[in-house]
Amino acid sequence: MSKHEHWLYTISSEHKWFDLNLRETWRYRDLLLLFVRRDIVTAYKQTILGPLWFLVQPLFTSLVFTLVFNNLGQIQTDGVPPFLFNLAGITAWTYFKECLTNTSNTFRANQNIFGKVYFPRVIVPLSKVVANLFKFGIQLFIFILFYLFFVYHGYELSPSLNLLLMPLYLFLMASLGLGLGMIITAMTTKYRDLTVLVGFATSLLMYLSAVPYPLSEARLKFPEWLIPFVEFNPLSQMIEGFRYMLLGEGSFSLWALMYTCGISLVIFLMGLLLFNRTEKRFIDTV
Amino acid sequence: MGSILKIENLSKQYRLGLVGTGTLRDDLKRWWYNILGKEDPFLKIGESNDQTIRGESNYVWALKDINFEVEQGEVLGVIGKNGAGKSTLLKILSRVTSPTIGVVKSKGRIASLLEVGTGFHPEMTGRENIYLNGAILGMTKAEIRGKEQEIIAFSGCERYIDTPVKRYSSGMRVRLAFAVAAHLEPDVLVVDEVLAVGDAEFQKKAIGKMKDISKGEGRTVLFVSHNMAAVKSICSKALVLENGQKVFDGGTDEAVTYYLKGNNNQLNSSSFQTEFDTELYCLRSIEVKNDNKVVGEPIVEDKEIVISTDIEIKSSRPERYHITYHLRSETGEPLFSISHRRSGLLLKKGDNKIHCVFPKSFLQPGQFFLSIYLIEDRRQAIFIEKDIANFLVVNGARELGVFMGREPGFIRPQFEWYEG
Repeated sequence: MSKHEHWLYTISSEHKWFDLNLRETWRYRDLLLLFVRRDIVTAYKQTILGPLWFLVQPLFTSLVFTLVFNNLGQIQTDGVPPFLFNLAGITAWTYFKECLTNTSNTFRANQNIFGKVYFPRVIVPLSKVVANLFKFGIQLFIFILFYLFFVYHGYELSPSLNLLLMPLYLFLMASLGLGLGMIITAMTTKYRDLTVLVGFATSLLMYLSAVPYPLSEARLKFPEWLIPFVEFNPLSQMIEGFRYMLLGEGSFSLWALMYTCGISLVIFLMGLLLFNRTEKRFIDTV
Repeated sequence: MGSILKIENLSKQYRLGLVGTGTLRDDLKRWWYNILGKEDPFLKIGESNDQTIRGESNYVWALKDINFEVEQGEVLGVIGKNGAGKSTLLKILSRVTSPTIGVVKSKGRIASLLEVGTGFHPEMTGRENIYLNGAILGMTKAEIRGKEQEIIAFSGCERYIDTPVKRYSSGMRVRLAFAVAAHLEPDVLVVDEVLAVGDAEFQKKAIGKMKDISKGEGRTVLFVSHNMAAVKSICSKALVLENGQKVFDGGTDEAVTYYLKGNNNQLNSSSFQTEFDTELYCLRSIEVKNDNKVVGEPIVEDKEIVISTDIEIKSSRPERYHITYHLRSETGEPLFSISHRRSGLLLKKGDNKIHCVFPKSFLQPGQFFLSIYLIEDRRQAIFIEKDIANFLVVNGARELGVFMGREPGFIRPQFEWYEG
């Protein structure tokens, strides 16, 4: 055998941190689309209402929030109808939360298929994020219907050119959710302690993320020590920005946007690296 | 042409026991050594993967120092008992997990058929699943579209193709899955036990397809199976794994023989000194083998099988005695008894060597237990030794395309047939 044989690839125990295999992932792009299709198509097979079920959760949550926080709790929403305010926040929050929870169990939920055949594992969490986009679309549509309803009944609402920022906000929420999800799934393949925390922590996180209240209210009414947790939470900036974009309410600053971008990208990258490192051997310890 | 796949010093270590605080301690130690720049302390320990004995260490080597090369277009069989490391090897080759030490170098894309139907979604139709499964196995949508008709035809599921897979019979599901996988075009195809499922007709198709893949299309196949008949039929070379180590590498027939010899839980022959020495008789030995073969070689179904008993009769009236065998199946059911008396042969005083010949293909592959009785005056047994020998009958090579599985029952007697 000559010394300079050309090998297409080698499988060994050594892995570089930054070996992300992007080219191979690209080769599997059809698989990504098929996974997305599978997730969407099979979620409501053999139901009569089908994708309309996606609407039940945000509508009822908004209703409950309106009754509890706005009617009982007297939270001010800067002149925006509280229901609409809550619906906007919940639509955005749901997208983030679904991205996080659907990806945070990637390794464990797919150990069966991961244990049998190789493909770039990152395809699976990516497909979840894309499939959730479809859900988000439906929920945004219902939001627009309510929006028009309120406009028709005389509320003065002014969407602005800021709506063009929508793709950016979606991208940020997706990368933060995906990044966190990948970190969690990578860290829970061997020691599962963290999984116990995820469900509980996400529901708590919602209350720190300015979902049922505007940031201005938090600044006024929260205890001093808690305010930074809300203020510097990239999620509350995202939710606030999202609402600002749709309803013209709340605060928006370029500084906050840059800050959110930075944090999201860093977390996304960390998640990607950890995930890639874990995928090589997780099947032995999962 | 050179080798397409090269495996060097491949080893894989596993930790036994539960994941808990013990593993955390080991992990921390490993991490600390890593920071100090020292070698992983746990690589030095670890024992060979013999599952029957209780070892000292929590670490075992599921694979240890495996080296081999596969040439382009070769069909390599990998055989070994359960737990010999076959699946671990295939998992590493198909990149499901990484080795602990060692390298696999490949010149081509490897696709594996570790278990057909991976990723099938029961709610989706057969056609949708063809696309999904094909993409999981590494095909692009365009590639699948080009082969869709061929796949559907091969699977024989035309009628059900737009019905959810959950309504399929298990056989149909397997056929569809194999059809998808068989139409992959990897350079190296890794196949694990696909023949264990499906009926005779499908097995014929599947084996034929695998032969086409290697012969016609010049692709390389790694075939793992317990079915020696299938291994003999399609593999050009084979290697034998035992407790994680490669113990044989060479021609298929030799490898199969080597593997079957290793099954030492059988007793093809026994000799006795004084155990069965009485005033009336003395049993010297009993052995079971194929005709013209030596004891110790595997007994194949498609050759005559001979049971030989060496017994000395000391009684002055030897015609009073005769020998009866009882044969039991591997599940312990009595199959039949055969008597030496019926043959018309009589025992004589002094040494007797009695041979009983089973016609070829009479016993089916499987394990058999033989008991011996010495009967006096056709009335009572004066000597009984149960399960004095047990022997394994294995598949012979079969013609390609015939049923590779096991027929029901334990024997296959030849009867006379006529027409009219």
